[in-house]
Amino acid sequence: MAYHSIVCVKQVPDTARITGEAMRADGTLNRAALPAIFNPEDLHALEAALALRDAHGGIVTALTMGPLGATEVLRQCLYRGADRAILLNDRRAAGSDTLATSYILSQAARKIGSYDFVFCGRQAIDGDTAQVGPQLAEKLGIAQVTYFERLVELTDRTVRMRRNVGNGWEVIETTVPLLVTVLDTANEPRPASARRLMTYKRARTEAEVAQQVGADLKGADEDAREAELADRLEPLRMNKLVIDQWGLDDVDADLQWCGIAGSPTKVHRVQSIVLTKDGYVEIPPTAEGVKKLIQELIVDHTFG
Amino acid sequence: MANFFEDNDDLLFLFDHLDLRAIAQEHEMGFGAARDATTAHAPLDAEDAVDNYRRILSITGDVAANSIAPRAAEIDAEGNTLEDDGTVTLHPGVRKNLQVLGQADLMGFTLPYRYGGLNCPNVIYSMAIEIVSRADTSLMNLFGLQGIGETINAFADDAIKDEFLPRFARGEVTGAMALTEPDAGSDLQAVGLRAWQDDDGQWRLTGVKRFITNGCGDVVLTLARSEPDIKDGRGLSLLLAEPGPRLKVRHLEKKLGIHGSPTCEIVYDDTPAKLIGERQMGLVRYVMSLMNGARLGIACQSLGVAEAAFRVARRYAHTRMQFGVAIEKLPAVADMVTGMKVAIEATRALVYETSRVCDLENSTLRILETCPPDDADEVKRRKQRARVLKRRNGLLTPMSKYFASEMCVRVANDALQVLGGSGYMKDYSVERHLRDARITTIYEGTSQMQVVAAVRGVCGGAFEKLVTELEEREYLDGALNGLKQGLGEGKDRILEAIAFVKSKGPDYMDLHGRRLVDSAATVIIGHLLLQQATGNERKRLVAKRFIECNLATLYRDLNLACTGDVTPLESFEMLAGPVPGLA
Repeated sequence: MAYHSIVCVKQVPDTARITGEAMRADGTLNRAALPAIFNPEDLHALEAALALRDAHGGIVTALTMGPLGATEVLRQCLYRGADRAILLNDRRAAGSDTLATSYILSQAARKIGSYDFVFCGRQAIDGDTAQVGPQLAEKLGIAQVTYFERLVELTDRTVRMRRNVGNGWEVIETTVPLLVTVLDTANEPRPASARRLMTYKRARTEAEVAQQVGADLKGADEDAREAELADRLEPLRMNKLVIDQWGLDDVDADLQWCGIAGSPTKVHRVQSIVLTKDGYVEIPPTAEGVKKLIQELIVDHTFG
Repeated sequence: MANFFEDNDDLLFLFDHLDLRAIAQEHEMGFGAARDATTAHAPLDAEDAVDNYRRILSITGDVAANSIAPRAAEIDAEGNTLEDDGTVTLHPGVRKNLQVLGQADLMGFTLPYRYGGLNCPNVIYSMAIEIVSRADTSLMNLFGLQGIGETINAFADDAIKDEFLPRFARGEVTGAMALTEPDAGSDLQAVGLRAWQDDDGQWRLTGVKRFITNGCGDVVLTLARSEPDIKDGRGLSLLLAEPGPRLKVRHLEKKLGIHGSPTCEIVYDDTPAKLIGERQMGLVRYVMSLMNGARLGIACQSLGVAEAAFRVARRYAHTRMQFGVAIEKLPAVADMVTGMKVAIEATRALVYETSRVCDLENSTLRILETCPPDDADEVKRRKQRARVLKRRNGLLTPMSKYFASEMCVRVANDALQVLGGSGYMKDYSVERHLRDARITTIYEGTSQMQVVAAVRGVCGGAFEKLVTELEEREYLDGALNGLKQGLGEGKDRILEAIAFVKSKGPDYMDLHGRRLVDSAATVIIGHLLLQQATGNERKRLVAKRFIECNLATLYRDLNLACTGDVTPLESFEMLAGPVPGLA
């Protein structure tokens, strides 16, 4: 049996390369100062979907919600083997918290139609909430396996998966459709394929082509620009190199659940914390020393 | 994420410095492949091709840093396994490496698009070999054996090409070139393994090959004597054999380094085989061509292992405190660390120039062969160009192999020295780099054999012609002009020495070959570094440092070469003393 998997991916600021300009004076994130990367755990979600497809057949659809620039992570999904890619892009979705995001993604999944698996990375490195995957499963009314580590068995519509429970693992049996959140220990993501890259580096969303036309034909009238856009899109369409781009209306989203309006999360306070080191304590490698260390860790709530 | 291409400033510099657009223009043969629906991913123009090259090297750098490098220590510690049935089980890490390289489409690096390859020019493949070797030097012996596929592509008939090349490109098969035998090492003319035809006309191979890198591979190109009556190289043909009950591994060597690379003794028991190209051309044409590519590959492997060792030493020297300072502040350490870096960059200049010249020669020949210009004068001009480039490669390829391999042994050795006692322990990777580096001056022709080949080019005019071309470049910068003048004087001294050495006969030339080749390399590399130095302050310093240090050595070496002294030949017994164990 062949399976259709949707993989939700996100473009995130590279929080591993924080520089002095990463945070503005008011405590908000200066995204421009950080390089945008593929959320690391989402690469493992993509690999889980691709491995499942390679073993059982089917197709993999990559889905992301974000600004136009997020098309880059979709292209990377195509380089690594995704069959289709969809950008969810709408100004009215800006400011969405995890609840609104999962609502919009659920509408997109419904529009995609029949699917067997939805794969998400466990969490994104910018928000670290790990909420979007589980919320999406709830909104779609399907079962979820979080902290996925390994596919144990898949026959017809019944699936067994091993999930990490922190201090051990358990195997869960359930049926598809199913949402899975994937840990970075689950697999080793495959590299981009050079030949697919040579093909899909030309893939564009319509808005990207329009943006380029706008830059190339500065000052031209709208008719000329539209004609040029149509000219440029035609060969891309012929070669199946147009990346789908949907807005909130395309997925029949109810605007009251989207963007700021649909986001109950309110940021109470943001603190800019500068970590400083004030000296260190040397712990002798003796039973007494270890006892003291544990005591100290309990006192500062590292333990317990 | 770490990336062994994108974190390497010198490789990035060379990528921009070498005129890759010009190479792509000739190499892509009019960009016709893009118009064919089955190879529509091929580049549309030179700019598109260079963009692909950069992206392909980025993928290579990603795979090397994040997938290959983390497995290298374990593979080195555990190695591969010979089974009782004469097959070899590769270390799981090696198998995973090959799988990942295949997934990334990097195993058909230079093969044409129509076979599923990336059709990259030599210079890009060379950079990829360096990147992979930095991650795991032993993996280069599998990744860098793509010359096997290339040889099939260049010389085999279409049936063999169609059968094997797509499998190479998909990474399903790896190859080996089986040349060496117990009694035929540096002297391949002595190869004795028999190739014969049975009553059905089927070619069969009988005999033993030794020290065969990846001899357990799926496609074993074998040099064999098809003409028993012709005793020299003209009696040898090249045949393709596949492993099975009649082709087994009898022994897996235990080696100092490159433990991930299986070195096999293989036994041919009337093994069925396919003839590649024409009989009798095995050594004189096909293996010579294969060896040239392989030598350049070792030069790139040398760069990779040197880079890996240097990085450990650079970091250690910066972080290790002694006498209240980081040891990089100690003059002796500072001299070693900067010397290593200058040596690596100097070698890169030579090796990638050699790759570039290989590409120019290949595309000049290919254009003459497949779409010769209508204009007879143009054909003549191109033919002459091809001849010059061939002679130039005959000089630069052995020089690069020799120079790079000797450099990496020195750099890995110095890197270990910088780490001191820690470097000698297994706690750091430098001891592995030194063990891995050590093979490079030996296989694919020892340094001594490379010098024999290169010194012919140095004394035969190719060197002078190349340097005369390099000297045409004018520098507006006074300091660079001063350095150029120094190189000119160095060249004059070399030409004097050549005249003297030639007058003393071929044995004398070989006795001092290393000194002549080293001196010639100094002048060639000096010019290449000057070209890089224009408008780049750091590269100016690199050029200055390299030229000043190496010119001093040049004069010392050439003074020795011009003494006429032949003591090692004439008084060998007395100087070498008695043979141990023989009365």
